[in-house]
Order: sequence, then structure tokens, then C-alpha cells
Amino acid sequence: MADRIQFELVSPARLLTSMEVDMIVVPGTEGDFAVLPGHMPVVSTLRPGAVDVFVGGTDKPSERFFVAGGFAEVALDTFTVLAETAIPMGDLDRSHLEQEIANTREDIEDARSDEDRQASEERLSQLEDMLNSLAEFTRV
Amino acid sequence: MANLKALRGRISSVKSTQKITKAMNMVAAAKLRRAQDAVEASRPYAVRMERVIGTLASGMAGRDDAPALLAGTGNDQKHLVIVATAERGLCGGFNTNIVKAARAKIADLQQSGKDVQILCVGRKGRDALRRQYGSLIIETIEFAGVRNIGFEHAQPVAQKVLAMYEDGAFDVCHLVYSKFESVLAQVPTVAQLIPAQVADADAVEQPDLDGAVYTYEPDEEDILRALLPRNVAVQIFKALLENGASEQGARMTAMDNATRNAGDMIDKLTLIYNRQRQAAITTELIEIISGAEAL
Repeated sequence: MADRIQFELVSPARLLTSMEVDMIVVPGTEGDFAVLPGHMPVVSTLRPGAVDVFVGGTDKPSERFFVAGGFAEVALDTFTVLAETAIPMGDLDRSHLEQEIANTREDIEDARSDEDRQASEERLSQLEDMLNSLAEFTRV
Repeated sequence: MANLKALRGRISSVKSTQKITKAMNMVAAAKLRRAQDAVEASRPYAVRMERVIGTLASGMAGRDDAPALLAGTGNDQKHLVIVATAERGLCGGFNTNIVKAARAKIADLQQSGKDVQILCVGRKGRDALRRQYGSLIIETIEFAGVRNIGFEHAQPVAQKVLAMYEDGAFDVCHLVYSKFESVLAQVPTVAQLIPAQVADADAVEQPDLDGAVYTYEPDEEDILRALLPRNVAVQIFKALLENGASEQGARMTAMDNATRNAGDMIDKLTLIYNRQRQAAITTELIEIISGAEAL
């Protein structure tokens, strides 16, 4: 059994990251779970939230990604997250996000058709998820 | 005799056409590389998706409560054909071939008495199908001005299709696009999108689990229900990317041919031009000499 696990984060457009890590914590639909080397094979869906990557035996996550849902697959020492949207936390900016949220709220009010409104509402909930996980991250 | 001035004009006009086609060829070559990279980069996701769905679906096969996206509605009367083409022409037979494949499929379905609806993705497909099947086209989605097709472009298409499926607007959905084989070969392909065509679980390469079995969280059924709609989006996205690469490949070949043809034409015209100029000179000389002799 290897003491490290191969972690891959894939979005439909490309392979975002591929590295050897000590532990990953992902937001499963039925609760967050951590994956260590030698984890049993699991397939789980994800809810929007943060994926924490731990390398080098530290307590703090060395990298964090925001994923807007998707699913994760663990198979003997490889761990793959398939996410529709995945953004490194470092690329998220609080004030920018708040601005976006305000804009989207306005969009919802101004929406002419139900379709527009629905699209804006989806966008809003995604943005709020991002902001929440960012808030968590900065607290760590 | 075409006069020399007119010939000079034609030569210079063919020359500027050649410059344009050459530039288009080079632009297409650069874009092709990018499009090919995009196709390549989207593969890992699609492969894993297919594997997981394949594994799950084989367990669900034959069950009555299988999701509709997998098992179908139990009917196959109403068909939806999605025709994905380019926004622009001047790319050889690219659009024509896709439309031809779509026409064949539609005619085939109509012959067996099915109701057909058409959803066009890309302006060229609509333009070509409008005359024959205008009343069947329910909507056209255009990507005019979109430089790089992203997943966010495929998603609205998928959502539209899924919403229609839920409303019972169709039973079976096919997607017509052009598969990118190489720069020289783009194959128009008709793929069934709904109900999902699942690769046989045995045919899909499975990771070595050392005899362990997957645990599913939540259960298999819920995962499958979540994955199938996503799979539709991924399939459409993949088709759009393949289309993008095919379009540039086709345009490159077409423009390469056009450049070569323009070159041939210039050679031919130059030959005629030189011959006529020489003929004019010779005539003048003869006139002068015979004039001198007459004295």
C-alpha cells in the first residue's frame, strides 16, 4: 500500500490538477469525508463546497478548491473528483464575490422571463456557496 | 483577343484572392491546434464519466424503475434530432456533410412514420435545413461570436433538451455532428443521446480494485439519476468540441486547395499574358520591317 494517494481534479474542459497527496477532504452529498491512502473504493456525489488537499503532514490544507457539485471516485490509491466548475480558492476574491452577488440579486429583480430569473437564481446560489466556503477558508 | 490590360487585372485579382485563402489557411491551422487541445483535454472527464455510468447502468439494466434517461419512455414515436454545425462557411464540405447525414436520418425516421423535430445548433445547419424541413425546426441555438466553446455553452443546450424530455416532447434524441479523425478526415456521425447509449460494462476498462467492490454514496440509483443529465451535457459538449476541431480541419484543407488552385490559375493566366504580349511585339516588328522594305 502506498503512503500517498494520487489525486486528480477534472472539469469537463480539462484536467485541472494531478498530484500525489496525503489526504483529501471532500464535501459529499451525505456529509464531508476524508480520503486517505488505502481507502476502500467509493463513488459519491458532491454538493457545492470546498475540496481540501493536504500534502506534507500539516494540519492546514495546502490547497483548496471550490467545486460546484460533481462526483468523486476512489479506486485503490487514486482519487478522482469530476466537477463541473472547480476554482482554486486563491482565485476567489471576497469583495469581488460580494459585488457579483449584489449584481445577480438585481438581475433577479429585473428578470423579464422566468427563464432569466431561474438562471440568475442558480447563479446566485452558486455565488453564495462560493462565498460561504471562502469564509470558512479564511477562518482556518 | 482579350486585351493585355484585362489580363493584368485578372492576374492581380487572383493574386489577392490567393493571399486571402492563404491567410485563412494559416488562421485555421492555428485554431485547429487549439481546438485539438480542447478535445484532448476534455477526454479524461468523459472517459471517467462513461466508466462510472457503464458500471452503474449494467446493474440497473432490465429493472422497471430505471431512470427514464437510461431506459427511455417506452415509446419511440417522437424523435428529436439535434444538428450541430458551424456558424461560418468556407470550410469545404464540413457543413454539407453534417446536413447530409442529418437529412438521411430525418428521411429515414419519417419513412418509418415517426414524428421528427429538429433542434439546430449553429446557423449553417438551419440555413441548409430551413427549405426542406422548415416547419420541423423548433429552435436554433447560435454561437456567433463565441471564440472558444466552453462547457457553459453546452449546458444551456443540454438543459433545453432535458426540459423538453421531461415535458414529454420527444422519446428519442439523436445528435448529428462531425467527428474529428484527422485533419484530412472528418466523419459525420449520428449518435443517440437519449435514452443513453451505455457502453457495455465489460467493454469499459475497469480500474484494478484488487477484488474490492465500489461503495456508493448515496445509493447507485441516486448517483445514476444525478449523473445521467450531466452526461447529456458532457456528450453535447464533446460533440461541440469535435465539431470545432473538424471545422478548422476542413477549413484548412479547403483553403489549402483554394490556395493551390489560385496558384495554378495565376500560372495559366501569366502564360497567356506573356504569349499575347509577345504576339503584340512580333506584330509590331513585322509592321515596322515590312514598312521599311516597302520604301
